[in-house]
Amino acid sequence: MIHNIRRNHTKETLILISLMFLLLVTALISCTIGRYQLSTGDILHFVFTGQAVDQNMSTLLLNIRFPRIFGAILVGGALSISGAAYQGIFRNPMVSPDILGVSSGAGFGASLAITLSLSMIGIQIMAFAFGLMAVFLVLLVSRIIGKNRDKILMLVLSGMVTGAIFNALISLMKYIADTDSKLPDITFWLMGSLSGITTEEIKVVLPMVIIGIVPLLLLSWKLNVLSFGDEEAKALGVNTRVLRLTIICCASLITASVVCVAGLIGWVGLIIPHFARFLVGPNHKFLLPTSFLSGSIFMLLVDGVARSATSLEIPLGILISLIGAPLFLVFLSKSTKKSW
Amino acid sequence: MMTLEIKNGVFGYPNKPILSDINFELSTGEIVCVLGKNGAGKTTLFKSMLGVLKPLSGSILLNGKAIENWNRPQFARLVGYIPQARSLPFPFTVMDVVLFGRTAHMSAFGSPGKRDYIIAEECLDMLNITYLKNRTFTHLSGGEQQMVIVARALAQQPSFLIMDEPTSSLDFGNQIKIICQVNALKNNSLGIIMATHSPDHAFMCDAKVAIIHEGKIWKTGHSKDVVSEKILKEIYGVEVKIHSLRNKPECNRLVCVPTV
Repeated sequence: MIHNIRRNHTKETLILISLMFLLLVTALISCTIGRYQLSTGDILHFVFTGQAVDQNMSTLLLNIRFPRIFGAILVGGALSISGAAYQGIFRNPMVSPDILGVSSGAGFGASLAITLSLSMIGIQIMAFAFGLMAVFLVLLVSRIIGKNRDKILMLVLSGMVTGAIFNALISLMKYIADTDSKLPDITFWLMGSLSGITTEEIKVVLPMVIIGIVPLLLLSWKLNVLSFGDEEAKALGVNTRVLRLTIICCASLITASVVCVAGLIGWVGLIIPHFARFLVGPNHKFLLPTSFLSGSIFMLLVDGVARSATSLEIPLGILISLIGAPLFLVFLSKSTKKSW
Repeated sequence: MMTLEIKNGVFGYPNKPILSDINFELSTGEIVCVLGKNGAGKTTLFKSMLGVLKPLSGSILLNGKAIENWNRPQFARLVGYIPQARSLPFPFTVMDVVLFGRTAHMSAFGSPGKRDYIIAEECLDMLNITYLKNRTFTHLSGGEQQMVIVARALAQQPSFLIMDEPTSSLDFGNQIKIICQVNALKNNSLGIIMATHSPDHAFMCDAKVAIIHEGKIWKTGHSKDVVSEKILKEIYGVEVKIHSLRNKPECNRLVCVPTV
């Protein structure tokens, strides 16, 4: 008997390659955007030979534009891939990476650090630590109250409660913060921005994002199997408890690492996985990398607009919400025809 | 020959035991139909047998070894499960869904290889649903989905199948097809335990029955000996006549005829 084996994922592979190419082009164009005009030729010349037109250009590229472009790629990609992973384990396409309270935890950590007049590094460490702490709190609470009950529901509810508590604490910090110096800083941090990202920060964040992403990619098939729910996944041979915990830890690590340098940036982690699913379907083997690449490109584009649309830079978080919310509706109306 | 055995099982939830005093053995190459009215505890029994629900006391042994001592992939290579209702939030293709059945045979970080695709195709072929291969699972009718789930369980290449009302959402024809498939699997020396609402299915499979009633396994034995008019009246509370089709060569078996 001759088997017609159809396992060539040509379409998905082609989409991934195109996205990588598109990402390179977008990144290159993004480098030219800004008050100091540069041509793509200048940048390519600099990248390949290390020779700049003048000293200003090399300083600008190395210290400002490259970190920022790289930061946008990292932040957009990280939020999107962790959003896709969260949607997978919660079996719900309405879930975003802050469902387990990472963002509100990180927001509180940062507000507290700002109120205590800590340095930039201090703020980031606090944001990171409180972001992860919030998630562990959620896991702990859901374990204590969730005996023999629907584990996913318990996680979501614990996430909501923890998020609410940290949001209240953020408000408290804002209330007691000095209105002239501290309050604007807190508000600005909470809005999210890529403007201050330095090479040093990227050197710290990049390994953490990679540590989080590698297990996600390795476990992507099991993440697929989880779609049928815990009981069936167990019957199919998946240790659901270990799998869910591993994925939550990885996705939270990724989210917390980028939130601590970029502040709270919403919507990306929710809408990009939808877009990616629209492109390559629900198989996480392709969905996860596609989400990362699409998220990076999206972030580069939005950041480009934020930097160049007006003379005063628009805070990224605001712009993303303004673009993201309607875009989400567009994906929603498109995807219901294909049932996500 | 392999066995799946329950000894003095008490199953259910803490403070709410549903089944008690369960003793039961299933061997490869036989079919056991579990009968009992709605809410009798059939699904509880199956969830316990799958290790999804911890037994309150007693033990469940697969080939003599307690099921909690099997790791998940090992267990899944021997025991397959066909659940009652399902929801899939993402639009996976039929092929992907059948390949999910191969998970227990893959390495920890594995994804399906060529061999897995060949086995998945064979399982689709065996159930005559190869034409569904590239369709989206969530777009199929209930009956088609059920057939795909059976294919998924077959792809697991288990020795035992636990089927929780496999015919529940199926039309008349698909019900019969599933029953024929169950018989064919038994002849391939699988051990099958199947919950069903139709005592006729037990006759069609020439199967053993286990009747769950009031929190216990009330009767066990061959369907011909156990399923009687009196017992059906007792469990389901309706009048049923059991007739023999002995003089009909094309279907020589017993049938249940409810008196309406």
